Amino acid sequence: MEKILQVKDLELSFNTQGGEVKAIRGVNFDLYKGETLAIVGESGSGKSVTTKSIMRLLPESSAEFKSGEILFGGRDLTKLSDKEMQKIRGKEISMIFQDPMTSLNPTMPIGRQLTEPLLKHQKISTSEAKKVAIDLLRLVGMPKPELRMKQYPHQFSGGQRQRIVIAISLACNPKILIADEPTTALDVTIQAQILELMKDLQKKIDTSIIFITHDLGVVANVADRVAVMYGGKIVEIGTVDEIFYNPQHPYTWGLLSSMPSLDTEDAKLYAIPGTPPDLLDPPKGDAFALRSEYALKIDMEQNPPFFKISDTHSAATWLLHPDAPQVEPPLTVIERMKKFPGSRYYEGGAV
Amino acid sequence: MAEKLLEIKNLKQYFNIGKANEVRAVDDISFDIYKGETLGLVGESGCGKSTTGRSIIRLYDATDGDVFYEGENVHGKKSKQELKKFNRKMQMIFQDPYASLNQRMKVMDIIAEGIDIHGLAKNPAERKKMVYDLLETVGLNKEHANRYPHEFSGGQRQRLGIARALAVDPDFIIADEPISALDVSIQAQVVNLLKELQEEKGLTFLFIAHDLSMVKYISDRIGVMYFGKLVELAPAEELYNNPLHPYTQSLLSAIPLPDPNYERNRVRKSYDPAVHNYTKADDVRMREISPGHFVQCSERELESIKAASATN
Repeated sequence: MEKILQVKDLELSFNTQGGEVKAIRGVNFDLYKGETLAIVGESGSGKSVTTKSIMRLLPESSAEFKSGEILFGGRDLTKLSDKEMQKIRGKEISMIFQDPMTSLNPTMPIGRQLTEPLLKHQKISTSEAKKVAIDLLRLVGMPKPELRMKQYPHQFSGGQRQRIVIAISLACNPKILIADEPTTALDVTIQAQILELMKDLQKKIDTSIIFITHDLGVVANVADRVAVMYGGKIVEIGTVDEIFYNPQHPYTWGLLSSMPSLDTEDAKLYAIPGTPPDLLDPPKGDAFALRSEYALKIDMEQNPPFFKISDTHSAATWLLHPDAPQVEPPLTVIERMKKFPGSRYYEGGAV
Repeated sequence: MAEKLLEIKNLKQYFNIGKANEVRAVDDISFDIYKGETLGLVGESGCGKSTTGRSIIRLYDATDGDVFYEGENVHGKKSKQELKKFNRKMQMIFQDPYASLNQRMKVMDIIAEGIDIHGLAKNPAERKKMVYDLLETVGLNKEHANRYPHEFSGGQRQRLGIARALAVDPDFIIADEPISALDVSIQAQVVNLLKELQEEKGLTFLFIAHDLSMVKYISDRIGVMYFGKLVELAPAEELYNNPLHPYTQSLLSAIPLPDPNYERNRVRKSYDPAVHNYTKADDVRMREISPGHFVQCSERELESIKAASATN
């Protein structure tokens, strides 16, 4: 498969009055053509910062690339000038934000907001751009697009606004679409529509999507591959089946067991104790060790490297080291593993 | 059957009455809440679930209808003394732990506000002790009492909100989306805390939320709202296994579950209110389909719903 984007050893810090916040501490991943990669993690884990650094949307006054590179089309995005970046943003890589209310300009009819990227990035006339814009609105399922072009954002519902934002982001057929919690502000029924729409459109134009969310249900729905982030690092990455049915990192275990499934009985919900690490002064070893009942002594001292479970699946935990003791994951996770061929709890049958 | 703690009868809450933009946020809903149970209220934003909660506790004056708390009407003309009595029994936990705590007050005073208003502490030492105990109950410690809200994380703030609600020793707590602003790993902590407190103190909860899997986990019974109306009310398990109103079915089919295999095979149902074909002559109201399971329907629909219920 063709790699469309490579993030290599990315380290990024914010210089604040309180000191240096190490928001991203060595992130590596590839994005393949036409796939959806979901990045999950709690607030402060660095998932939004990672994608904003790809788009170079972070304030240059405080955010600083420490090391690493972001390779896109043979170029390192961290080194491009603002001018060069403007040619990529909205054309080759575009972004959908969480809040459809604030990501549209309230004083501009949506038609003008739709044609803006077209006129900026492509050599076409205003009337042609309008035609393309109307087609885009039709593509995202907006009824009466000709009429709607003249209307303002407040005349649309939340779900419709998110459709418009999606239409704008797709205007120039981007190679990469970054969706930062695109459905978090929406109701479940609307969320389901938007997710279906995004999957349909992806098939039509073969875009790669980076999908950021903290909702594991949404991840299971949209993702081909999943990266789990914690404390500014990716701690586990694999295909959606590998992460949900054969997770290896204790943090992934915690995440999966703290969500009640619709058939969880009255048993107490598993809650990850404590709070996320302070990245002003990140812990020395495994950032999750202090909250983990599976922490080994070495976790407190040394950062675990990535251990390979399969060609597509790896996790950064000392538990996978050949010398580590064998531990029992939480019960809900064992239940999941029973469905996965290749896991040590596999009980036969297909996933 | 357990004892009724609250009876909500034909509650209506309209805004901008008589104007062109009249909103019927809550439109004639009736239900009971039993002692010691958790009633979940779900629905999309704008369906009136939060307004229902706020009308029950009289943050709004109801347009019409009654709320009876242990047989006494909460609404209608009341003296300050009478209102205080209800305030002690009913408390609320709000969605946004950032906006619902006064930035300029110390935790000690935030939590003790109710204690002061109701004169529950005889002297400053007792007041202090009560606050310390409350902090401990919600999993914080007494050192936290001298801090300001901005020094706490979202999950800790929500614990403060819970401690404040518990300060006056209420029987009934309305929790309006208490976990939606929190991270997944922290949500479980808060939900477990609410469940523990319920067991310890025999509290009754009205739990308003849109995260359906969490609602099912915490609730004994669940009511589903749609455009100001209650369309279905049933025991939690029953509602999920045997949803009868088409809107409930559509809502349930839209929840994404953390199970890729299930997601690949999901069939989503959409709901169109036009399917009912209600005319003016139809008597559309909540009807009991099976014991404890109510569905809003017309006389005409009743038979087919009953048949559907029996086959499931």
